[in-house]
Amino acid sequence: MISFPWVKVSVGLLITLLCFILATSAGSVSIRPEATVSIILSKIPLVQIQNSWPSSWETILWNLRLPRITLAMLVGASLAVSGATFQGLFRNPLADPYLIGVAAGATLGATIVFLTGIPFVFKGISVLPIASFIGGVGAVSVAYGIGRNASDSQIGTLILSGVAIGAFATATASILMLHSEPDLRPVLSWLMGSFIRTQWSHILYLITYIGPGLAAVFLYSRILNTLQINEEYALSVGVNVNRTKLVLILITTMITAAAVSFSGIIGFVGLIAPHVARLLWGNDNRILIPMAAIVGACFLVIADLMARTVISPGELPVGIITSLCGAPFFLYLLVRAKRGIN
Amino acid sequence: MSEGINASQLVFAYNDLEVIRNINLEISRGEIVSIVGPNGAGKTTLLKLMGGLLKPTNGRVEAFGKEIALLAPKEKAKLISIVPQNPHLPKEMRLIDFVMLGRNPYLHLMEWEGKKDLTKAIHSMKLTETDRLADRFLGEVSGGELQRAMIAMAITQDTPVMLLDEPTSNLDLAHQSKIMHLIRETHNQHHGITVIAIHDLTLAAQYSNRMVLVSEGTIFADGTPEQVLTVPIISEVYGTQVEVISHPTGGTPVILTTPRKYP
Repeated sequence: MISFPWVKVSVGLLITLLCFILATSAGSVSIRPEATVSIILSKIPLVQIQNSWPSSWETILWNLRLPRITLAMLVGASLAVSGATFQGLFRNPLADPYLIGVAAGATLGATIVFLTGIPFVFKGISVLPIASFIGGVGAVSVAYGIGRNASDSQIGTLILSGVAIGAFATATASILMLHSEPDLRPVLSWLMGSFIRTQWSHILYLITYIGPGLAAVFLYSRILNTLQINEEYALSVGVNVNRTKLVLILITTMITAAAVSFSGIIGFVGLIAPHVARLLWGNDNRILIPMAAIVGACFLVIADLMARTVISPGELPVGIITSLCGAPFFLYLLVRAKRGIN
Repeated sequence: MSEGINASQLVFAYNDLEVIRNINLEISRGEIVSIVGPNGAGKTTLLKLMGGLLKPTNGRVEAFGKEIALLAPKEKAKLISIVPQNPHLPKEMRLIDFVMLGRNPYLHLMEWEGKKDLTKAIHSMKLTETDRLADRFLGEVSGGELQRAMIAMAITQDTPVMLLDEPTSNLDLAHQSKIMHLIRETHNQHHGITVIAIHDLTLAAQYSNRMVLVSEGTIFADGTPEQVLTVPIISEVYGTQVEVISHPTGGTPVILTTPRKYP
């Protein structure tokens, strides 16, 4: 029997807050953490705080760092939950929105919108995530269609087809870009995953997509547990397997697509965060999903901090940092999975 | 409303291959039935059709007057529990969590298992003597323990019908009779319907009061073990020479294969 892990989630959220404050304080201009807290608090209506900080700090924090780090947090949580869900859904420890091609499909969708000049926001709704979603659904359908007939021991088929689809989608997106943009740097840096130029409005748009999505995945977390036994067996305990899979694939793809459309491709977060959560708190998806979200949020905030400080004043795309951590981790999981089968 | 399972004019084909051809079968409450037959006769397919895991190509299966193919998964799962043969199971799931999956038909999407469900799961783990393994992982228990845990999950599902597919196939001699005994005890307590697809004729005869012999997708013989397990029937269906003797203690039929040649 299990009840909602209030303590774990609260402690996790506290740690996330800590990462958040530290990350907002660090950078090319260093701001004292207590000043960061005061500046944030001063933005809350009705809170009166003596302002004892330079106004440039306030601008840096409010216009640059806070939106950027908030986005990193949300994207980290989204990718982690997507990864955990795909892993459970496909009973495949290596599934990750990046590796099964969803992220690249979403990128292709977003690139087409970028380059055809369709307005990003239409009647208050951001179009970009929708285009990403269509691209992502296309990619996951093909990868899953090819991988589903493979037996349970062949966890590689889904990943291999995903990688191939991802490569194809990325190549197509690159051709489209080369054809139309005179200055490729902004699009390329987006493609490699980055949080530069984040605005508060982006965050609002993102939340309208991922908020309901994350909540829905959490609602399905108990059912996701039942899918860990094989599908016929799950059906015999009353799980509507086909409908559940369809719903979860669509929701997860939507979450990934929304995240990708604001941050570009950031690989391996969906692999690292769920596995760290699994190691620490076990396999029950009701705990795994919220905890993976927290680990993912912290991880991406820290990765972004590294991305903007290691070659300061220059910046690395955050996707490079996550790949540097994630690729060895992937290899580790691969070796472990192989050992488990033999 | 009929009190049991009723299959009428049942046909099932995989692509063009007819595996089940026109089966009519009625099983009433209280019966413990073995489905026996040679390899490829259609035992597992018949079991899956009765459990609603496959949709019949023709004909229908009813449980307590309701057509199974038309029931929602949860409604079906409240009537019929199934213990599959060698299912793929996650190694890193605890036995108690696994057994608790049997409560799924009674839970809403947003509802998690409560105290009542835990009590039921622990009760069925006690019945199957798996309660001391509750916190172990599926990957670390033996084949016999896993089989018992699967039966515990089916008991937790609390259904009038339990279907079991080759529950003794991977077990040694002692565990085979232990599992069959457990199945019969469970059956006697619930006064429901138990159907077992099983290879071992002698074992089946000892633990069931009715045997259905399936051959090439049809029912070849149906009756008490003594009626079904006769030399002419077995020789014809299995195409091999056998002798049938009576068990020294219980009197049930015991099948002895006759070797082609004694040394």
